[in-house]
Amino acid sequence: MIDKLYNWMDKRYKIEQLLYFSKEKSVPIHHGTMWYYFGGITLFLFGVQVITGLFLLFYYRPGPDASFESVKFIITQVKFGWLLRGIHSWSANLMVLAALIHMFSVFFHRSYRGPRELTWVTGVAMLFLLMAFGFSGYLLPWNELAFFATKVGTDSARQVPLIGDFLLKLMRGGSDVTGATLSRFFGLHVSVLPPVFTMLLGLHLFFVQVQGMSEPLGSENQPGKKRTMPFLPDFLLRDLLIWLVVLDILILLAVFFPWELGVKADPFTPAPAGIKPEWYFLFVFQSLKMLPPHIGPFEGEVLGVLAMGLGATVLVLLPFLDRASSEGRRTRLLDVIGVFGLAYFAVFTVLGYLID
Amino acid sequence: MATLEQPDPARRKFLDLFLAGSGLAALAGLAYPILRFFTPPHQEEAVVSSVNLGPVKDFPLNSGKIFRFGNKPGIIIRSSDGKFRAFSATCTHLDCIVQYDGKAGDIWCACHGGRYDINGQNISGPPPRPLDAFSVNILPESEEILVTLSTGDKA
Repeated sequence: MIDKLYNWMDKRYKIEQLLYFSKEKSVPIHHGTMWYYFGGITLFLFGVQVITGLFLLFYYRPGPDASFESVKFIITQVKFGWLLRGIHSWSANLMVLAALIHMFSVFFHRSYRGPRELTWVTGVAMLFLLMAFGFSGYLLPWNELAFFATKVGTDSARQVPLIGDFLLKLMRGGSDVTGATLSRFFGLHVSVLPPVFTMLLGLHLFFVQVQGMSEPLGSENQPGKKRTMPFLPDFLLRDLLIWLVVLDILILLAVFFPWELGVKADPFTPAPAGIKPEWYFLFVFQSLKMLPPHIGPFEGEVLGVLAMGLGATVLVLLPFLDRASSEGRRTRLLDVIGVFGLAYFAVFTVLGYLID
Repeated sequence: MATLEQPDPARRKFLDLFLAGSGLAALAGLAYPILRFFTPPHQEEAVVSSVNLGPVKDFPLNSGKIFRFGNKPGIIIRSSDGKFRAFSATCTHLDCIVQYDGKAGDIWCACHGGRYDINGQNISGPPPRPLDAFSVNILPESEEILVTLSTGDKA
């Protein structure tokens, strides 16, 4: 029966060729093989986000008079609504974490080096989209924390020279954070970002299929036979096992640390004490807190925002700036910068968490 | 029998340029309305120049309260000596809403820890400018508080 179906399909769509390709696909085995799994974990969590997001859409209603109430309804009245919403929030956080680990492992292995420049560029673009997903999704329950996080986040955009005011209005849908902002963020979160992300993801995976997995710098010239494992079934089964473990972690987190809804946003109350953004924005938050009001003739946060823009640009263009790695050479300075970047991220995240 | 003529290079170049130019013009023609669509239209806001906050007795000594000034938040503070002061409650750093800190006797923003003194001057943390001040008057007959834009302020 299955053979018949297979033959029927193969006659029409030549799936034999596809299967041949996947049989040939192999994964190199070396000291860094474990890092290959983090891309897959990120991919899995994206799937979780899409599915739980679709579920939530059946009950969620955007609007200053509806958002908070509908999320409250989801987590208190809808059967297993609390679980789905909890998984969606936790999965979003784990996804950013997995993507960051994936990025840093690619960075330190120099896997972005030619000819894989565009795999890196699409990857970094997806990381930025993830942050946009996180930032826009955070506002959707319309609670106090989200309201102020959105005020601060969008107001940072105002610091961009020349087009700042325009950007602010574009993001907020007006000059203040209101229901108009909520509509925009909702549209962005559920109908703009997902297809754009999916297209980039398609490209990213296509590049990886065409070029195969990157191997550690310098290993190309080593003598001796390279060790590999077939993708099907060896690597895929390992992937699936890890995904199962991640799913378990996700469910444990959602069950034992339910995601809070908080207090409904009120544009006429002061920001609550101890207000903080999501962990992956904490380092930005802490930097903004510590920047002096004026540095020379400039306002501190203007320079802060410009520095972050510069950092993001360098990150995207990294494979084109580091030409040495494409020629098989390792620039020590880049390792130092990477470690410094990681340490900055870690220290400022912890500080942001600890200091009130 | 007709033979294929070699295309004239100048003519081909002109056509390439013409097509590329038309393509770009068409793209710009699309981009402009899209950009304009996403730019929120300007909405006339009711111009508010003063707001009545009610009787003086509603405000305890050494306390602060957020009030609506049009569609923006304001903060009114009654210090321990009974004096009233009112400011815009929007932090000049990154747009959060400030609060009165009765213990320290100053104005505090919870978002990034900025502080202003009782006169709205930025004294510590990241805020780059003082808070905009309003003038406070107490109506003689009704003992009610009237907050108005200080002269020179924009509506």
